[in-house]
Amino acid sequence: MLRVASVDRSFGDRRVLDDISFEVVPGRMTGFVGANGAGKTTSMRIILGLLAADSGTVTWNGAPVTRAVRQRFGYMPEERGLYPKMKVREQLVYLGRLYGLTAPAAQRSVDELLDRIGLAERADDPVEKLSLGNQQRAQIAAALVHDPEVLILDEPFSGLDPIAVEVIAGVLRERAARGVPVLFSSHQLDVVERLCDDLVIIAAGAVRAAGSRADLRSRYATPRYELVLDADAGWVRDLPGISIVDLDGARVVIELADPDDDQTVLRAALARGPVRAFGPIIPSLAEIFREVTQ
Amino acid sequence: MTALAPSPTRQRAESATGTTLWAATKLVAGREIMVKVRDRTFLISTILFLVIAAASTVLPALFANSSSTVAVVGSADAGGMLDRAGMEVVAAADVAAAEQLVRDGDVDAAVVPGDGAGTIRVLAMDRTPDSVVRALSSAPPVQLLDPDAVDPVLAFMVPMAFAMVFFFLSIGFGVQIAQSVTEEKQTRIVEILVAAVPVRALLVGKILGNGALAFGQVVLIALVAVVSMQAVGGDTGLLGQLGPAIAWFVPFFVVGFVLLASLWAVTGALVSRQEDISGASGPAQLVIMAPFFLVLFLNGNPAAMTLLSYVPFSAPTAMPLRLFFGDAAPWEPILALLLLLGAAALCISLAGRLYEGSLLRTNGKTSLRAAWRERETRVS
Repeated sequence: MLRVASVDRSFGDRRVLDDISFEVVPGRMTGFVGANGAGKTTSMRIILGLLAADSGTVTWNGAPVTRAVRQRFGYMPEERGLYPKMKVREQLVYLGRLYGLTAPAAQRSVDELLDRIGLAERADDPVEKLSLGNQQRAQIAAALVHDPEVLILDEPFSGLDPIAVEVIAGVLRERAARGVPVLFSSHQLDVVERLCDDLVIIAAGAVRAAGSRADLRSRYATPRYELVLDADAGWVRDLPGISIVDLDGARVVIELADPDDDQTVLRAALARGPVRAFGPIIPSLAEIFREVTQ
Repeated sequence: MTALAPSPTRQRAESATGTTLWAATKLVAGREIMVKVRDRTFLISTILFLVIAAASTVLPALFANSSSTVAVVGSADAGGMLDRAGMEVVAAADVAAAEQLVRDGDVDAAVVPGDGAGTIRVLAMDRTPDSVVRALSSAPPVQLLDPDAVDPVLAFMVPMAFAMVFFFLSIGFGVQIAQSVTEEKQTRIVEILVAAVPVRALLVGKILGNGALAFGQVVLIALVAVVSMQAVGGDTGLLGQLGPAIAWFVPFFVVGFVLLASLWAVTGALVSRQEDISGASGPAQLVIMAPFFLVLFLNGNPAAMTLLSYVPFSAPTAMPLRLFFGDAAPWEPILALLLLLGAAALCISLAGRLYEGSLLRTNGKTSLRAAWRERETRVS
């Protein structure tokens, strides 16, 4: 397990990370979300050793993350970059060898990878000749080329079209299924919501919430129910133990003080006429995020 | 559990084993070479260098060897003497015909009978043809007191050639090293590189790769110069004279290049954009330009040259020159080379720290001070 424990970091007087702790569990996709400037990139750079922490530790399977360990990490930096004039395959093979692969192993890995992410036909083009989306695919390949034990990806989905998002998400899920812990940051909360098993929510340099997605839902969202009737639903507000979140004619969203009251509400509604819909509302990640970072 | 030390880069360099550090260095050097030898600008400039080297050895020899053609009327003796002096002799029917040949430019001069019996006269257009006159005169025996002294033409040409080769290659490759460092910063690939290999492997790999190419160019230039010198039948005594100087020039060149290359690498690491390199390269240019001009202007002054031959930045040109002129004792180049080696080692190690301190700062220009003090401060 990759563990970040009590990491602090300041730039001059500005404290950008304040006692950051979280875990990235093998075999799980961990979404790392937070507003711009919340400290996602700084945290990732500290994990990769590109920045030093003022205090705190980063460990992989209980051991400190040294250079030798870090060589088995795959990293996609926030700001993209490959050698513009080098050919895609050549460049990826070079990076693979820098990570310690032999030349034939690097060749093999690159060919498989390019095939998998749909870049095989462009393998011998210089990177600068690729479209932005394809450059992004090449960039992800650069993080995967040495079959890393840990994946740290800073905004891997930004700039990708929906098809590419699916391809890359598929590749990352495969890696996770093989037991690789995957930490990825994203602004696109809907993408994170679909992909992540675990979540780390960071705001103003501090971890506001961390845990499995389901766990966070139950912890941070009050259970809400949606009720749709044929007639006006205004009467619902008179029921005891209920607060109205949203009322729009025949549709009402309510919060229950006691979750077991849902059957009482349903019975009352049925007694008054037809019920078209009744059920719990699963809070979206955006709602949890809003709730947690407020 | 180990706390991340305040200087992660140093910690990384220590934890890397020698083989992986060296393997990474070789990979980096290999990429530098591969990219360069495919680069059209690099190939063209190499060919240009070789053409200049060939031309500057062949052309003077061609001019020197262009033998005169002389028309001769009568006098068989004169014809024989000119022939022995290596000139082409053309027989002319009479004085008028000989004069016409000279006027038409078909011959350089004509030897015709003089006013008195048995005397001769030389006809030429506008200049006394010294070589013809010399061939026809009897010279007194000459004893040279300092036969090994360097021909004044060579004394000018050789310092020029050494200084030029070192100057152009170290500026040319220096700028390219800086550009390739900045390219890595500008494209941000440097974050991946630094996460994968020690910063020092990047620095040393770049210097070694470009150094190998520069060395290759020097060897090619020297080969072309020697081969073309022999092809035009230039005198081999010159090679004998130049040999030791060239032999010493090679190690001085290599170490001197490494010294300068480390400065250029730091120059590239300090800026974030290619456009800013020229603004930041002042110090690196100064330590190349100043020795170049000092050596060119002061190469006749033994005291100044002795000093210059020990100062690391000028030693690569000044010491081989002193050897060429026979001014240096045998131990002197060894001492100067050791000094140069020490300076290069020091420079690389300082450059390593500055490189680590500036490579990841991708916003604007980094001051030397900031690069030295803090390893990283980039705000994300």
